Amino acid sequence: MTFRTLMATTVALTFASQALAQDFNDPAEFKKQREQLAMTPQGPEGQPWAQHLGEGMVDTVKYKKDGQVTLCFSNAGVFNPWRVVGLNNLNAEADLHKDRLKELIVVDAEGKDDKQISDIEALVSGGKCDALIVSPNTTAALTPAVEAACDKLPVIVFDRGVNTSCPVTYIHPVGGYGFGITSGEFIAGKLKKGDNVLALRIMPGVDVLETRYSAAKNIFDEAGINVIGSEFTGSDRAKTKSVVEDYINRGVKIDAVWMDAGDTATAALEAFEDAGLPYPVISGEDQQDFLRKWQSDKLTAIGPSYPTYQWRTAVIAALDVLDGKQVPGPEWVLPQPAITQDVLADYVDERMPPLHYSLCGCQDLPGYPERWGGKK
Amino acid sequence: MTTAPQASALPRRPARIALNAGLVIFVVLYAAIAFIQPNYLEPGLFMNFLRRAAPLVILACGQLYVILTGGFDLSMGAVATLVVLAASILINGDPETTWAVIGALYVMGIAVGLVNGLVVAFLKVPSIIATLGAMLSVNGLALAWSGGAARGDLPENFRNLGRLVLRDVPFVGTLPLAVIVLLGFVAIAWWGLNGTVYGKRALVVGDNPRAAELAGTPVAATRILAFVVSAVSAVTAGILLGGFSGVSVNAGEGLELQAIAACVIGGAQLLGGRGSVWSAVFGALSLFALFTLLNLLGLPQALRDSIQGAILIAAVGATVWRGRRRA
Repeated sequence: MTFRTLMATTVALTFASQALAQDFNDPAEFKKQREQLAMTPQGPEGQPWAQHLGEGMVDTVKYKKDGQVTLCFSNAGVFNPWRVVGLNNLNAEADLHKDRLKELIVVDAEGKDDKQISDIEALVSGGKCDALIVSPNTTAALTPAVEAACDKLPVIVFDRGVNTSCPVTYIHPVGGYGFGITSGEFIAGKLKKGDNVLALRIMPGVDVLETRYSAAKNIFDEAGINVIGSEFTGSDRAKTKSVVEDYINRGVKIDAVWMDAGDTATAALEAFEDAGLPYPVISGEDQQDFLRKWQSDKLTAIGPSYPTYQWRTAVIAALDVLDGKQVPGPEWVLPQPAITQDVLADYVDERMPPLHYSLCGCQDLPGYPERWGGKK
Repeated sequence: MTTAPQASALPRRPARIALNAGLVIFVVLYAAIAFIQPNYLEPGLFMNFLRRAAPLVILACGQLYVILTGGFDLSMGAVATLVVLAASILINGDPETTWAVIGALYVMGIAVGLVNGLVVAFLKVPSIIATLGAMLSVNGLALAWSGGAARGDLPENFRNLGRLVLRDVPFVGTLPLAVIVLLGFVAIAWWGLNGTVYGKRALVVGDNPRAAELAGTPVAATRILAFVVSAVSAVTAGILLGGFSGVSVNAGEGLELQAIAACVIGGAQLLGGRGSVWSAVFGALSLFALFTLLNLLGLPQALRDSIQGAILIAAVGATVWRGRRRA
């Protein structure tokens, strides 16, 4: 009896872990996102926040509403610089539509599922909202609350998704695989077979980060590049620099550093400076401090992004829906550009704080740069 | 048959034993590092090792003062984090204000130490609770002040304290500025315990505060001073940490427990009465050598953490067991 239970558990666990592993390394999704990266976006030129990839559109005539409207936004929280920049984008976009928009009500769930569920219920039952924008804290937990809201008013979801097709549209950039494909292919293109790459990651078990790594790892494996280490840094500069120093001290040549997020990229580069070594090929992100260092030290680098301009798109979509215009859907896939050497100079802005996300699409919005913490 | 007379009959011996225990563990661990990675025997890499261990060693020296008097200081990691964040906000990219800001940081640290000391000495709150409260308050203050994200940059002259390496120095080749700060701090910490009457007072207070008080020792002043020294060490460590890697919202996270572990590995006795600066120094170096060794072995992180925990318990257990056998 005990033996059989044990066997069953072992078998179940084996399959469970396999299922889990496949979740973060899904060949179909990898292929889809690779194709999306290569697509020419549709929509207004030079305004990626208003563009979309693919064909699907949804009708919204039934939601048409005349006169001034009130938008409500249930935010998962502002617990990292990415979300701080994003929320500023969203508020600034709303300022552009003062004639149409009576009010924008923003509720912050402080990173808690239960708070966000009750926030959504309160917004819906309050009766003031004409449309609801949701940036879910977690996918599964928020699904029932979003479903309930769909019965009452048009709902727009962005960033993380929900397990239901009831929202009018779900706005998101290409995705985690796309991030890993862009950075992985750049590094693979600069290195030779047998060269070494060190992977620096924030933390394990987060879907959007795991997919970035699995995509890059696939590309490195295909190209015959050794991943000499995959280390978690917890987004901590001191930890990042120590980890890289430890690898340097092992005496193995590090030809490239791949990162799943760019906030500690400059700390990783400092370790090479302090050891008196040349800079490696590096993939970071679109943070200002990394771009400035890239420009001043002439790095061989790429800055893939998970663009914060999607926060603008959410407001645009909500207003389009209330105008009864067609919007891209049921998924509104935004282009996910990377900063490359050719366009680097356009994105370096000395006025902005070090962790400002440069692909914010916010340069033309009211209040730039002060609203984003920049100097005038 | 009490142990008190024995302890006072052999006042010098425990200190010598403590020195040996910490030093032996350190030498063994560093030998293991050198076995895996022979270039760690080069002066340059040894200096780099010292540079990176410097904040922990300094924190351990400060923590030792508190441990000797029979307490704990859990607030030092939070103070170190506050120092890094406050420095970036106050300096705000202007290198000319660096030295004034460093002065202000020490004043801030001393204030935290004074509060800790006063609460423990006069309100009689156990130090583990008092400093836990201070840790939470200081962390909260740092979070509120910085808005939870690193703002501003640290200028070059501030960064240099933790980052600059002097090249072409006779005998050692390279000499990081942080190692000079480390040697200076250890020298002052040693002088405080061995060159002044304070060291004996701290030991007496930690061993038996009631007896110390009856014998006319200024117990409250001794305790308060210990917390101030500890806070000053946290400020110093924070400056080095910020210099090493720049602004970070979790620069000092968990360092208070590492500092306590370092003191115990080195042979200091929790709840006071035994230990020397050398227990703190070699305990911290042993701990840092252990971290380095586990990194070099290239084990997965989860396994590394478990092994680290097991070795810590073993090291502390061995030290305590040796102490008990001799008593």
